[in-house]
Amino acid sequence: MSEKVLMKGNEAIAEAAIAAGCRHFFGYPITPQTEVAAYMSKRMPKIGGVYLQAESEVASINMVLGAGAAGVRVMTSTSSPGISLMAEGISYAAGSDVPCLIVNVERGGPGLGGIQPSQSDYFQATKATGHGDFHLLVFAPSTVQETVDLISDAFDLGDKYRMPTMILSDGLLGQMMEPVVLPEPKDPTDTKDWAAKGHEGKRPHNVINSLYIEPSVLEKLNFERFEKYEKIKETEQRAEEYLVDDADVIIVAFGASSRIAHSAVDMARKQGIKAGLIRPITLWPFPEKTIRKHIDHAKVFLSVEMNMGQMVEDVRLIVADRKPVRFFGRTGGVVPTPREVLEQIVKLNGGDY
Amino acid sequence: MMPKVSVNNERCKGCEMCVIVCPKKILELDHSVTNSKGYHPAHITDAEKCIGCGSCTIMCPDCAIRVEVD
Amino acid sequence: MSKVMGERPKALLDVPLHYCPGCTHGIVHRLVAEVIDELGIEGKTVGVASVGCSVFTYNYFGCDMVQAPHGRAPAVATGVKRARPDNVVFTYQGDGDLAAIGMGETVHAAARGENIVAIFINNAIYGMTGGQMAPTTLPGQVTQTTPYGRDTSVAGNPIRVCELLSSVNGVALAQRVTVDCVKNVKAAKKAIKKAFEYQMAGKGYCIIEVVSTCPTNWGMSPADSLQWLRDNMLPYYPLGVYKDVGEEGEQ
Repeated sequence: MSEKVLMKGNEAIAEAAIAAGCRHFFGYPITPQTEVAAYMSKRMPKIGGVYLQAESEVASINMVLGAGAAGVRVMTSTSSPGISLMAEGISYAAGSDVPCLIVNVERGGPGLGGIQPSQSDYFQATKATGHGDFHLLVFAPSTVQETVDLISDAFDLGDKYRMPTMILSDGLLGQMMEPVVLPEPKDPTDTKDWAAKGHEGKRPHNVINSLYIEPSVLEKLNFERFEKYEKIKETEQRAEEYLVDDADVIIVAFGASSRIAHSAVDMARKQGIKAGLIRPITLWPFPEKTIRKHIDHAKVFLSVEMNMGQMVEDVRLIVADRKPVRFFGRTGGVVPTPREVLEQIVKLNGGDY
Repeated sequence: MMPKVSVNNERCKGCEMCVIVCPKKILELDHSVTNSKGYHPAHITDAEKCIGCGSCTIMCPDCAIRVEVD
Repeated sequence: MSKVMGERPKALLDVPLHYCPGCTHGIVHRLVAEVIDELGIEGKTVGVASVGCSVFTYNYFGCDMVQAPHGRAPAVATGVKRARPDNVVFTYQGDGDLAAIGMGETVHAAARGENIVAIFINNAIYGMTGGQMAPTTLPGQVTQTTPYGRDTSVAGNPIRVCELLSSVNGVALAQRVTVDCVKNVKAAKKAIKKAFEYQMAGKGYCIIEVVSTCPTNWGMSPADSLQWLRDNMLPYYPLGVYKDVGEEGEQ
């Protein structure tokens, strides 16, 4: 399909996964991503795929673990509290080197929180998805088209590196409708020789496992995994730079808040303020290289997020006190306005740090 | 021909399940032998009485006892 | 014509088992492996290991294996089976794994009629963690966490899993067996074989509950444990077939 179609974000997630050759979806309803499951429940049976509504998010992630271990492209979709439930399963997938895609359409938290959009799962996604030392490849789209493109990449890179991947979306992106060009559909392939799919008497058995009782063995495995992560940090960082090269005030924002920041940057420029936007597309690996490029000429960094200040800590780590790093956020499902962000830019541009 | 009973001394854990189940009561732990794990393996005390029923092999949790019958 | 009894089945790898002396896990592992050999299905079988004393089943069975989080084996098995319907998929779970933390996954896999075999080792205690109460611990039974004997008014009642699951549409076979003597071991093997055959015929969820011993945490010799099982467990957990859709299958 190479023509543009108008699609709702959540439905585009499902279509993009199918185009990437995913034929297995296990999930549980939760606002604001239930449309992903509902859409999959209609599409999968028509294309010989599997849609299964699990009894909980706990069961969902474990079904994902099983199907991923059996060597197929598999995904689940949920929202913030669901990710908390999936923490153990995600840790097992990471510790067993099983690729799978987890989509988090974020909502307000903590606890039952709210159903409006937020970005308060940044820490969870990038630092603490589950117990143990591991990372997920985390992508933060800001448009429906980008959601589609990143899902394709998430499956490819997840398979390449044998690790779980995450799309960090939010209720805004999930619900909005935008024109989208879907990628050329890929047929599912069965090329994972490491998978638990029956040895047919032709090889020693494959064991998909994360238990290593011998400390020296477990340590070695962790070291090897982190060597892999270092390679990923070298080669897979992604960010978009908008009017940053001469910027005094650099906003760092991802996902829905980056769209708002984008508007605020335009408004600031009209007022003669040299504002710019760095938009991380990979949240892990965090685009350190892009930020480092601009520390010298920037006067101040402003992290704009829909949370109480999470990504700002990563920006601070990189800027390392060389320039001031400030934060502006709304949370609980409240979406900041471009005007609010502009006020912050003006304030910072005036030296009021 | 008499059935031939052999015990893998290293795999036997001296649990005595074979001893309990032997209908001829001709299996016992051999306290003069200690394997590398510290167990006394089972052994047959009166091979001529063995009827080759294989009950010991059915109850052994460790595949540690074999019975060959002709 | 000579016959050898006691050979390790091919589907059981030639490694020493770590279980305690007299633990009936070893017998059941052997039975499952013998069934896999006899049905000639090792090449297309995927086993799902659970968490408990039997966590290392991935080292013992020769088929491909996946390690599941505690309690989640039925969900992991569902993922494997839905991804690869032509594979034969089984879980091997203890009483905590299947009936405590994993009860939700167990009931729902059963209700979905998931074409998997669950081998359920019921020894009324938590072995790996040192002898705590299990959902199947008997009233009055002393464990590390019921030091004065299980008081059902505080700690609840034991759960009879076969009876519970027999009420669930989707269950093709729910049978309780034991391995305390030669006759029962042979019957247990028959039941396990039937379960695997049912899976291959697409009949639905099969559970074989094996009433088992835990000499170490019961604080008895293996021989005494077998007797304790007969005297105490079998009256509460009667052997038998609780559901069997038979040769016809069920809608």
